[in-house]
Amino acid sequence: MLSANILLFVCLGYVALLFAVAFVVDWRTRRKPIRWLQSSVIYTLSISIYCTSWTFYGAVGSAARNGLEFITIYLGPTLVFIGWWWLLRKLVRIGRAHRITSIADLISSRYGKSPSLAVLVTTIAVIAITPYIALQLQSVTNSYQVIVGNNDGTTTAFWIAAGMALFTILFGTRNLDANERHHGVVAAIALEAIVKLLALIAVGVFATFIVADGLDDVFAGISAETIQGAGDIFGPRWIALTFLSATAIICLPRQFQVTVVENIEERHVATASWLFPLYMLGMTVFIVPIALVGQSVMPSGSNPDLYVLTLPLAENRNELAMLAFLGGFSSATSMVIVAAIAASTMVSNHIVMPVALRLLPAKAVSGDVRNLLLTSRRFSIAAILGLGFLYFYLSGGSDALAAIGLIAFVGVAQFLPSLIGGIFWRSATRAGAIAGLVVGFALWAYTLFLPSFDGHFILSAGVINQGPFGISLLRPEALFGLDHFDPLVHAVVWSVGMNALCFVVFSALTTPDGLERLQGALFVDVYKSSGGSASNISAEVADTEDLFVLAQRILGGVPAKKLFDEMAASQGIKTGLPHPTDAVVARLERELAGSIGAASAHAMVTRIAGGQTVSITELIDIADETQQVLETSRQLEEKSAELERTAQQLRVVNDRLRTLDAQKDEFLSQVSHELRTPMTSIRSFSEILMEEHTITDDDRARFVHIIHDESLRLTRLLDEILDINRLEAGVSKLDLTQLDANAAVKKALETIAGMTRSAGVTVRTELATDELWIRANNDRLRQVMINVLSNAVKYNLADKPEILVRTALVDGFVQIDIIDNGGGVPPEVSTSIFDKFARGIRTGRNHGAGLGLPISLAIMRAMNGNLTIEVTAENTTFFRLSFEHALIRHRAPAPAQGTA
Amino acid sequence: MSARVLLAEDEENILTSLTFLLERAGYDVSVETEGPKVLKAALSTPPDVLVLDVMLPDMDGYEILRRLRASPATERLPVLMLTAKGQREDRETALRCGADLFITKPFANSEIINAIGELAEKRLQ
Repeated sequence: MLSANILLFVCLGYVALLFAVAFVVDWRTRRKPIRWLQSSVIYTLSISIYCTSWTFYGAVGSAARNGLEFITIYLGPTLVFIGWWWLLRKLVRIGRAHRITSIADLISSRYGKSPSLAVLVTTIAVIAITPYIALQLQSVTNSYQVIVGNNDGTTTAFWIAAGMALFTILFGTRNLDANERHHGVVAAIALEAIVKLLALIAVGVFATFIVADGLDDVFAGISAETIQGAGDIFGPRWIALTFLSATAIICLPRQFQVTVVENIEERHVATASWLFPLYMLGMTVFIVPIALVGQSVMPSGSNPDLYVLTLPLAENRNELAMLAFLGGFSSATSMVIVAAIAASTMVSNHIVMPVALRLLPAKAVSGDVRNLLLTSRRFSIAAILGLGFLYFYLSGGSDALAAIGLIAFVGVAQFLPSLIGGIFWRSATRAGAIAGLVVGFALWAYTLFLPSFDGHFILSAGVINQGPFGISLLRPEALFGLDHFDPLVHAVVWSVGMNALCFVVFSALTTPDGLERLQGALFVDVYKSSGGSASNISAEVADTEDLFVLAQRILGGVPAKKLFDEMAASQGIKTGLPHPTDAVVARLERELAGSIGAASAHAMVTRIAGGQTVSITELIDIADETQQVLETSRQLEEKSAELERTAQQLRVVNDRLRTLDAQKDEFLSQVSHELRTPMTSIRSFSEILMEEHTITDDDRARFVHIIHDESLRLTRLLDEILDINRLEAGVSKLDLTQLDANAAVKKALETIAGMTRSAGVTVRTELATDELWIRANNDRLRQVMINVLSNAVKYNLADKPEILVRTALVDGFVQIDIIDNGGGVPPEVSTSIFDKFARGIRTGRNHGAGLGLPISLAIMRAMNGNLTIEVTAENTTFFRLSFEHALIRHRAPAPAQGTA
Repeated sequence: MSARVLLAEDEENILTSLTFLLERAGYDVSVETEGPKVLKAALSTPPDVLVLDVMLPDMDGYEILRRLRASPATERLPVLMLTAKGQREDRETALRCGADLFITKPFANSEIINAIGELAEKRLQ
């Protein structure tokens, strides 16, 4: 026996040492990190919090009771670390990429940042680890009792719980930032890992080589059956236990904390994958010898769970007992510290903060929130240890440590389907995760957790033995008649099985929303993104560019450019991108939220702004899947189609303008040509008249006459050009009156009679007998007819020149046809005959400018009529003037013969 | 012997003034008003100087010049081109086709007479 004072003194000294280590490491890390404290060895040692006081004391007890079964508790983690280390690596990658703070954070984040899922996981975690905390209290209490001989277990347990709470609060909440790694705590835990390993090996060596006489002596006379124990190896219980321990190393909140959250470098996982199994081997190797020696040396009826402690005491090796106690104490404290930190992080982040943020005034400064966080975490730690104590109190201090630990294992195993499904199965949904967790948790509580109170809590002994209301099918430990398993296997099969089933079925039945899909893809394909060790040198530039690319993609090019230009301008940058300050990121997130919703915007922007390892391409690919982006893109497509139509119209207009422009150029060139010709004569002859003084009077008179003629020609040309332009531009509005086409024809023929007579042209007429009423301008109509008629006279090369003029009413149109036999218009010219300055036939010395027909056409159009050239017989030129008939009531016309 | 000038022009009044001026200057003047006839006359009895209008009926001046340059008899015939289109591309086309000189209408009498005189002198040397 040791005195309580000495024990207390040693414990306090040990705790002070741990404090010193934690403090120094934290302090040094903040200034200049100590290299070896960041190493993979320290990381591996911190993972060894898996080996709690349950392992430290209970493994021996388990070996004494059940033979080799205790190995399963090490077998699972070993399999995971050696065979499934890539799963851990993926978790670590995801954890770092998404700044995961806890397993609840991971699961809720994966399923679309669901707050309800975070609360659910947190609740399950807290309830599930409560027995585990109680277990630590119990083992420390028991060991204390054994050493000092105090029998008031409850009081001892209370003070131990209180001490641990204080210890954890002082240790675990020193850092203000929840995301910050607890370097000091990890260092202290690593020290404790060494202490507990050394202690166990020391006791093992003592038992094997000092109490017994070497291994041969230990195993002498021990049958294989004794070692194998009652449970059959590789039977259902073995498989269940291996499965549970494998699950626990992944799903236990404290393991998640040290493996994922506290991980400094991903490659440390590789070291841990072989070093941690080695550590566990060290913790295991003397378990059986201690158990066997204990069984042979200790009086019957002594608790095998405490052989590690009682064996040295029985041999009066107090210092060794003290070391063993410290080993057990280390196991318990390291586990409690980390478990409480992990749980308090979850409680404060996922339960307290959301509530507080809703209740607090919106403009609470960040300092308030941080203080609130710290306070809530401190209270959470106290509450969790309080719960542990309560469990200890209510469960009455069950003797079998291992059994209590397994209850916790099954509890946290409920996270497995959602966790594994979440990082390997894109289609896993929030609904599936919630369904699985709720069902699994309920079955765990009903079949394992509540029965562990032996009828003292919620479920009565009667319900446990006979089922609720006497329905034996619903007996908690033999649900639906499944009674040939032991209660643990039964609980595992039901809770984890139904959990996985519900998870898969509900995931298959529901469709993930945009954010879920986004997060799912990011988690499942975390390796598809660029490597985690991206250069930090150009991080700032790359960040803004990435943000800009994202903004362009979601807001559209122009608005994104505008936004970034504005932000750059506000930073005083004239050209280029703004610096990625918090204000810029926040502004962008707000802008994006308008398009894709706040949650997605947050997810996207923080991923990029955080310099995370997810590629933009992926984000954009995923963003494309969201409904909002589809909608935006649909609108963009519509706009683009509209633009295409507008562009098409513009092209048509542009082509037309270009044609018109070319015509204008051609017209000006023609005008220039037509004007230069008479001016050449005028200039030349006037120079002759000015300079030559010897010319005859005849020549002088002839030259002056030419100048006069050419002046008139110039004037006429200018008049025509102006006239045709005004007609075509619609500036000259012609006064239209109702008149008879026949009468107009007769008057025109009278006007031109002198010209036809002198040219020897015969004019025939075939006029309709009735009046052909049209709406026209009398003078202009006559101008057109005289123009066409004079052309027929001028260009007529026939031996017996003839002109036929006829009128008719056809299909409501009045037609005036002027046909001559003068040689016709070549087909290739007939299309351009109305072009300005085109001359149908170049007969050499005609001086008529080519504006007559274009003017005639312009006049006809201005009178709502038309002038066309009809291709008929050879050597025949056929012009047709047509008007809409002005009177609807009219008898059919009868052609009449006549000669003008 | 006086130099022979062939006037290829379809504007009657311009022909009148040019004939008057050239005869007064002592040239032997002949006249053609249609493209093909100009070509035929120039090839059969090459003049000392050809004054060639661009806008001629049935065959334009450029085409006539191209054909003259292709014939050994007239490949070095001095040609003065006249045009009422004063644009730069017309001048370039004329020179590319092988015109020796190029004058835009309306011209000063002294300008065209000097030009013809220059070409005739070159021809006779």
